[in-house]
Amino acid sequence: MKALVLKAPGTNRDRDLVEALELAGSQAEVVPLAILREAPERIQKYGMVVVPGGFSYGDALGAGKLLALDLITYFQEAMSDFVASGRPVLGICNGFQALVKAGLLPGSARSLQVTLTANEKGRFECRWVRLAAPASHCIWTQGLEDFWCPVAHGEGRLASFENEALARLREGGHIALIYTNADGQPAGGEYPANPNGSIGDIAGLCNEQGNVLGLMPHPENAVFSYQTASLPGKSGKGALELLRRGVAFALQS
Amino acid sequence: MEALHADMRALGMGGVRSAHSCALYFVDGKIAPEEMDLLGRFVFSDPVVETCAWRVLGAPSESGSKAAGVDGAAARAVIEILRKPGVADPFGEEAVRAAHELGVKGVERVATGTRWEFEGEGLTSAVLETMARRLLANPLVDRWAFGEIQPLFPDEEAHGAPVVWLDVASMDDEALLALSRERRLALDLVEMRAIRDWYRQAGRAASDVELEMLAQTWSEHCVHKTFKALVHVREVDRNSTLVRDYTVDSIFRTFIQTVTRSLDRPWVASAFVDNAGIVNFDGAWDLSFKVETHNHPSAVEPFGGANTGVGGVIRDIMGVSARPIAVTDVLCFGPQDTPADLLPEGVLHPRLIARGVVEGVEDYGNKMGIPNVNGAVVFHPGYASNPLVYCGCVGLAPRGAHVHQPRPGDHVIVLGGRTGRDGIRGATFSSMTMDASTGEVAGASVQIGEPIVQKRALDVLLEARDAKLYTAVTDCGAGGLSSAIGEMASQLGADIELAGLGTKYPGLSAWELWLSEAQERMVLAVPPEHVAALDALCKKWAAEYWDLGSFRNDGRLVVRLGGEVVLDLPGTFLHEGLPRRQLEARIVRDESDLASEVLDATSTTFQVAQPARAAVDAGSRPAGQGTHVQFASRLLELLASPNIASREQIVRRYDHEVQGGTVVKPFAGPGGDAPQDAAVLVPQGTGGAWGIALSNAIRPDKGEVDPCGMAWSCVDEAVRNAVAVGADPDKLAILDNFCMGNPNDPLVMGALVETARGLHDAALAYGTPIISGKDSFYNEYLGGDGRRHAIPPSLLVSAMGFVPNVTKVMTSFLKQPGDLLMLVRGSHLLPTDRIRNFYRAIHQAIQAGELAAVHDCAEGGAAVAVAEMCMGGRMGAVLEIPSSEEGDDFWFADMDAALIVEVRQGFEERFEMRMAEAAGSEALTLLGEVQRAPVLEITGHGVRETIAIDQLLTAWKVQGAEVLP
Repeated sequence: MKALVLKAPGTNRDRDLVEALELAGSQAEVVPLAILREAPERIQKYGMVVVPGGFSYGDALGAGKLLALDLITYFQEAMSDFVASGRPVLGICNGFQALVKAGLLPGSARSLQVTLTANEKGRFECRWVRLAAPASHCIWTQGLEDFWCPVAHGEGRLASFENEALARLREGGHIALIYTNADGQPAGGEYPANPNGSIGDIAGLCNEQGNVLGLMPHPENAVFSYQTASLPGKSGKGALELLRRGVAFALQS
Repeated sequence: MEALHADMRALGMGGVRSAHSCALYFVDGKIAPEEMDLLGRFVFSDPVVETCAWRVLGAPSESGSKAAGVDGAAARAVIEILRKPGVADPFGEEAVRAAHELGVKGVERVATGTRWEFEGEGLTSAVLETMARRLLANPLVDRWAFGEIQPLFPDEEAHGAPVVWLDVASMDDEALLALSRERRLALDLVEMRAIRDWYRQAGRAASDVELEMLAQTWSEHCVHKTFKALVHVREVDRNSTLVRDYTVDSIFRTFIQTVTRSLDRPWVASAFVDNAGIVNFDGAWDLSFKVETHNHPSAVEPFGGANTGVGGVIRDIMGVSARPIAVTDVLCFGPQDTPADLLPEGVLHPRLIARGVVEGVEDYGNKMGIPNVNGAVVFHPGYASNPLVYCGCVGLAPRGAHVHQPRPGDHVIVLGGRTGRDGIRGATFSSMTMDASTGEVAGASVQIGEPIVQKRALDVLLEARDAKLYTAVTDCGAGGLSSAIGEMASQLGADIELAGLGTKYPGLSAWELWLSEAQERMVLAVPPEHVAALDALCKKWAAEYWDLGSFRNDGRLVVRLGGEVVLDLPGTFLHEGLPRRQLEARIVRDESDLASEVLDATSTTFQVAQPARAAVDAGSRPAGQGTHVQFASRLLELLASPNIASREQIVRRYDHEVQGGTVVKPFAGPGGDAPQDAAVLVPQGTGGAWGIALSNAIRPDKGEVDPCGMAWSCVDEAVRNAVAVGADPDKLAILDNFCMGNPNDPLVMGALVETARGLHDAALAYGTPIISGKDSFYNEYLGGDGRRHAIPPSLLVSAMGFVPNVTKVMTSFLKQPGDLLMLVRGSHLLPTDRIRNFYRAIHQAIQAGELAAVHDCAEGGAAVAVAEMCMGGRMGAVLEIPSSEEGDDFWFADMDAALIVEVRQGFEERFEMRMAEAAGSEALTLLGEVQRAPVLEITGHGVRETIAIDQLLTAWKVQGAEVLP
């Protein structure tokens, strides 16, 4: 099984993801957007599609916005086919922003409007956070134990103008990951456990089918033991587990 | 917005109740209304959280906000800000591209800006003007209007100004100096005469392109005239009686290069030759390291200056064919509470400088995806009008991957960004003293960064390297193409046609094309048979390149524009024609003299508290009768002081996790907030067994008093910090960065000679080769008061050490109740090379697992070091004042070669024996013991004080945050 790691101009955690996916048992190939654009149907050759973090197009006009425009303009059909086939799709950080802004998350079926926008503190932040996986449809996080990994973003606050957005996300089983405090309780909007002010402490969303996951934190930076060597008590075990589940699912589908 | 309110208060504009901003876009082209609606929804706004309205310009205003608040003191006011024409607007360019992608092909140009709406009392035109000029906009790159602004797109003038030919050959001295002044060549009479003589011999006029190139090539920035000069040194006593005099034949050769040569470490692969120093610790990988300064640009445009400072040093690493794997930043600012009216005219407030610089550093490193893992932020009144911005970058390449031998016939290819008027004459700008008009006249020197353009160039470059598509590569920095191509073609010469260069807009004249310091450009020498492959790589990574010509074989550099020869100079004259500079240095042997002069200048100018000194002087303050009654209050005060307070709110804005190799992080420990002495990185792709440690040291407080001693302290602290996290002191290289005032001032030169001598002696004693260095002069400001405001002599030493075993890295926070805390000192071994035994012993103790935590004793002494270890581990300690020690000096003095260690239980004896053997029994002092209760207790001499760790944390993190930008 080979994962497609989509690299737009400004994507920068592609190599981190390749290393982590290989550790999780997958092969991975970084494909430049300009090349894939020439033959979008090539996406179907892969067992998994991953949109990594970074600053696609320099975050011009909003994080992930112009990459989302590319996804809509050039890959709408190819991506819908891929998602419909049930194979796993993962968007991390800038990739999550792009999936949300392209309408792939939380899924267009019920036209729920959410976005990822500027952190409540109004600035970029890099810190380690603890994540928990509530019950959801997500094939990546089912029953996953809590784990730590870093966030590094300026526009990670999940927001909506619809008052019932949070309830609908919960009912729909879309909430794949939430920020918790150090004791494992939901952060309750408290900074810095919830680093960006997301509604419902949401760190990651999945679609209704459960095969598309987007998240702001970086599990790919918490898979090697040296990455947590100076952080006693912060295990990244679940981060690798999350990737392994995606890989295992891709192998089955 | 919080920061804006704080800044407004600092500038005395407390009357503003609310401030709102929104994005402005001006769209030029043939666009249907429904297309504008589409653009509004998809391109210009996020409809989930934003609203978007548009109208055709020239139509009546849709709101009543026009020109409100210009007269009188209105309750509501509007300020609209746009970039000046000709200033890069990358988001505008992306918007055009996005519109076309959406199918709205009629969009031709987009300009981006900001609209501010204020409510409050006292919004007079004077207040609004100050607000716009000082807080919201930068007069160098922005223009603004109170009310609605009209867009100005760059003019479409198709031709630049024609080449000007000057009859230099017949100029007398006066005319030569006038020419240097008018064109801001920053060349002195001796240099101008050398130019005149050459043209006399050549029997022709000089083109403006040639003169500009000579000025850049011969600038301090590019050739380091001061470091290569013949220096006549006079040492005098305090009565100005000559003690001795001697000549230093090149500071560089005498004090810097000799260190590396005589240490002759086999793992030093390249020192002082390439764009960066290169070492080879493990046999398979080359590690490069370079640290640059971007002080002058950051003083006038903090965001852009720091942004392109980071971008520039990353290009230095790309220029040695390496992948950038870490950036570092050391920032020196004036005190953040400096009263605005005490600043010299034309100087930005230190708050604004700090805010802009931090944002600029954040923006470039984060967007390039390079972790920022090590740095420092220093406050000192001497930096109020001259901030220092040191930007470093570390690179990784397979051993021997870097090539630098162009061949005749190879194509000269520019890769990356387009050329514009941004950053013209930066090299000469940084080689001059600034004055109140500098901001305006040097406007064109401001550089605008586009990190994503550089990221694309990097993707191309690394694949081109692996495919061996080029024979040489260098970056475009100061001097632009003139410097990059000039250096690359210094032996062979080249034929260049500038018409083929991609520009941001038309209308650039020949010298502007040749000199522009537009960012994000690399120059490659590509054999003709590989041009097609490079073209394919550029398509793959959506990068641009321009083929400008080819290398010759006779050393002549010929530049044309549209076929017309605009420059024709031999490499010998360009690179060897510069007359050697002669400088005077004066060293006053009574050290207090220089110090008092600098202090006098800074304190009379700023009349503010000097927190930098206060923190350090705490150590030497008279200690009463050896009592410790003030221990707790002094410790808390120090922890909340600007030079010691937790750096989280600055450093968290940098991504320190990208590339997945940050082992010892800027913040570690159970609370994730314990600062570390150095960073340890596992370079991605190298396997994960070994790593590198990165550390730095800068001590302006010592530079004022004793420049030679400062250099010793800097080398010691950089080595100490690296060893503290697990680096091998025998595999450690250092870099130097000198920042000084005007080298024509003999006292400044005296301080430079002393600093360089100290660096030389210390580096030899510690056995650390110097692999790269840089100098920045003219860090002074001629104030409206007619006085010079120079910085304290400043030396930054950066270190890169080999960490042989990543599983044995060391951190600073406490680990285990019951462990002993000890102070280990090697200062009694200085100034001999026995100091190496001391650091070797510490390293071996770490490797043998005898230590649980190690932390360097720096500002605030042992007390602050222990407090940081406690806070970091969320554990307490019981400290006993050693019977042999008297007074607060012991706890608060800053010491060279001193560390606090936590010794693991059962290893006490072994560690003590090891240290006694290496450094004598006086190296060890028992301080106390780690305890689980989160309380710091200090007892002895009849005193007992306790402080809760929470109290320490509040002072250090909460109160501390208030004094930082």
